[in-house]
Amino acid sequence: MSTLPAALKAPRQRRSIASLAWPLSFTAAVILVFVFYRYWLPNIANSGERFVADWFPITTINLCVIWVIMAIGLNVVVGYAGLLDLGYVAFWAIGSYMGAWLMSAQFFQVNFHLGDPTIVSKGQGVHISFWLVLLAAGAFCALWGVIIGGPTLRLRSDYLAIVTLGFGEIIPQVFQNGDKEHIGFNLTSGTKGIGPIDPIGTGWLSNFKGVDPALGLSGYELPYKFLVYAVIAAFCVFVSLRIRRGRLGRAWLAIREDELAASMMGVSLVKAKLSAYAVGAVFGGLGGVAYATLVGSVFPNFTFNFSITILLMVVLGGMGNVWGVILGALVISWINYTGLGQFGDWYNGQFNSHVDFPSYNFLIFGVILVLMMLFRREGFLPESRTRLIMREPARTEMEAVGADIAAAEAEIEITEETEDELVSSETTKRADGGES
Amino acid sequence: MASTTATAGLLKPRIRLGEAVERGVGLTIVVAGLVWVIINFVQDPKLCFSVLLDGLNRGALYALIALGYTLVYGIIELINFAHGDLFMLGTIFSANLLINWLGVTSATFGGILALILTFVVTMVFCAAINVSAEFFAYRRLRRAPRLAPLITAVGLSFVFQNIGLKWNGSTQKQWPSLIGNHGFTVGGVLVRYSLFVTLSVTALLLFGLTFIVQRTRQGKAMRATAQDQDGARLMGINVDRTISFTFALGGAMAGTAAMLWIETYGSTKFDLGFQLGLMAFTAAVLGGIGNLVGAVVGGVLIGLVQAFNEGFPHGAGQEWTQTVVFSILILLLVFRPEGLFGQRTTEKV
Repeated sequence: MSTLPAALKAPRQRRSIASLAWPLSFTAAVILVFVFYRYWLPNIANSGERFVADWFPITTINLCVIWVIMAIGLNVVVGYAGLLDLGYVAFWAIGSYMGAWLMSAQFFQVNFHLGDPTIVSKGQGVHISFWLVLLAAGAFCALWGVIIGGPTLRLRSDYLAIVTLGFGEIIPQVFQNGDKEHIGFNLTSGTKGIGPIDPIGTGWLSNFKGVDPALGLSGYELPYKFLVYAVIAAFCVFVSLRIRRGRLGRAWLAIREDELAASMMGVSLVKAKLSAYAVGAVFGGLGGVAYATLVGSVFPNFTFNFSITILLMVVLGGMGNVWGVILGALVISWINYTGLGQFGDWYNGQFNSHVDFPSYNFLIFGVILVLMMLFRREGFLPESRTRLIMREPARTEMEAVGADIAAAEAEIEITEETEDELVSSETTKRADGGES
Repeated sequence: MASTTATAGLLKPRIRLGEAVERGVGLTIVVAGLVWVIINFVQDPKLCFSVLLDGLNRGALYALIALGYTLVYGIIELINFAHGDLFMLGTIFSANLLINWLGVTSATFGGILALILTFVVTMVFCAAINVSAEFFAYRRLRRAPRLAPLITAVGLSFVFQNIGLKWNGSTQKQWPSLIGNHGFTVGGVLVRYSLFVTLSVTALLLFGLTFIVQRTRQGKAMRATAQDQDGARLMGINVDRTISFTFALGGAMAGTAAMLWIETYGSTKFDLGFQLGLMAFTAAVLGGIGNLVGAVVGGVLIGLVQAFNEGFPHGAGQEWTQTVVFSILILLLVFRPEGLFGQRTTEKV
């Protein structure tokens, strides 16, 4: 959180109080949640405590924050740059395994410690401070974002979706097969997974009363972990909002809306697309490390469902709008982890039935996805700009070459040859392909 | 106008390594693959021969699914993500129909009749689902940005998968098969009858489809719609009906593949469609998407690759199949997005 006020206090400040609105309200919300779970909840009446523990357990809250980080990351790729990425889970997996490799006894052959001296694990293996691992995972994922993005540069939206989907299948499979039996070296322990993962070291913060030097898996430490994840989420929000306003962000929007026009205006497609993948991947990596520390171990269970769930969050909230995406992520992940199960319990208790509600979650998500596309394509909290685009019908062939502007003149001016070209040229038809 | 056309090609981000280098890399990969196949064959010819047969069988099934992808892509340029899951629903439906509802367990005369009936009903079932998906979802999105129908297809795929999950349970379910494991042996290698059935059905359907698309009035309407929907409409073609017809054909292909899959392998699972769908899509891209013959050749090739990888003495094994197939897909899309038989156009790039 400390980065935010510092950055906002830039020298030539001519921003109104409005630009401080979100950091302040975000901080307030985070502190409120933290205080509630850390200090208030243990002291409220028994029935109230049980209600919160049933419907809004702190574990779910933490998971929600991690999904928020993921959704903000995918929003950069899908919402800002308009590149449909169906394999975003790859970055989640890479980030998680980075966390696992650098914060566990997986590589017991070496004995490497770095960063936090208060760290509990003094044993064999690589043990690096959580905050340094975040940096490393971010960098590593950015690299992988470029590697995965590279082959897709020449592809149109739907082929791009397939290639990213392919990577999203390959990378978890590599992690799943990465044990001694398959590749001759125990890289990932295969299906057994890697664990336990080091707790988050709190460093000098542990001087405060009540703060443990290491945030592990015990329930009492979860509110503190929530603070840590909220800081990461705030960082992601900050970065994506800032980039969105800058040169790169405007380039992304231009590409999303009309690739051809954008490239003619001097936007470097290669650079802009690759950086969209890289930034999205960094967020995925940060979230992955956070996820690894939250669960305490990493298993190769990263499936296509993860990618689609994140996509659903982005679509539901409103592509391109960070706040909408956050809302979508909170709602969907809460439904996924707690809401549906609790509703099912309540429903079954009420009507004395035995419907297994949680098992319908992906059916419900699929239906929501289809309905959203049919009736509210721009999402529930859309950017005003996105709403216009998503509502506007795709241009027809003639419009794509500018015929709608000079419709009257065209009648007279187009000679027979150019008209032939117009009809036969495939490229013009393709020109509206990039805008989706 | 002409300048728009010309610059569109130039302004695409070009990361080509140069024609010669690309061709060299491609050739090296293909030659390495061939050498690997030959080494395997020399080492254990009997095993490899039976693997080859299995690959052919599998490949013919992939080809049928790929035909569905290619038909739909050819006409409205939509990757129908839900197609694989439609196939999966077809497998469950046909198995239930034949075994549970018709109660057929042996290949008597009546059994064969019931088999043929199941065949037809499964085709109709899958075609009906595909057509209604088009009617209720894709049709409304025809003028929407490209992302919208694609996401809808992904959503539908989820819906189908979970219907399958509820219908068939979360585990693999085994069904008795009528033609199943029967066959004759040639030089110690079992040749199954199902191989002949699958291959002949695939060949027949390929000819039938080619005939429909190339020779009939409806096929002409399909080709016209694929080229230019507005133009086709001006020529008096009912575009909506033509697209529905294409979806019906694609669904029928999925139904056929589903029935043959159940008769060949006898087992199905709710996520079968997702995996096979991706394999079949790779096959369609390999052959050049939109190209019927290409889809079949691509399907057989992917089937062979999978069988070789899983069955050969030097194969990487089943747990790497997806990695191998997707690597092929990615390499292909990067170096030759038009596929083996497609025309090199700017279309797919």
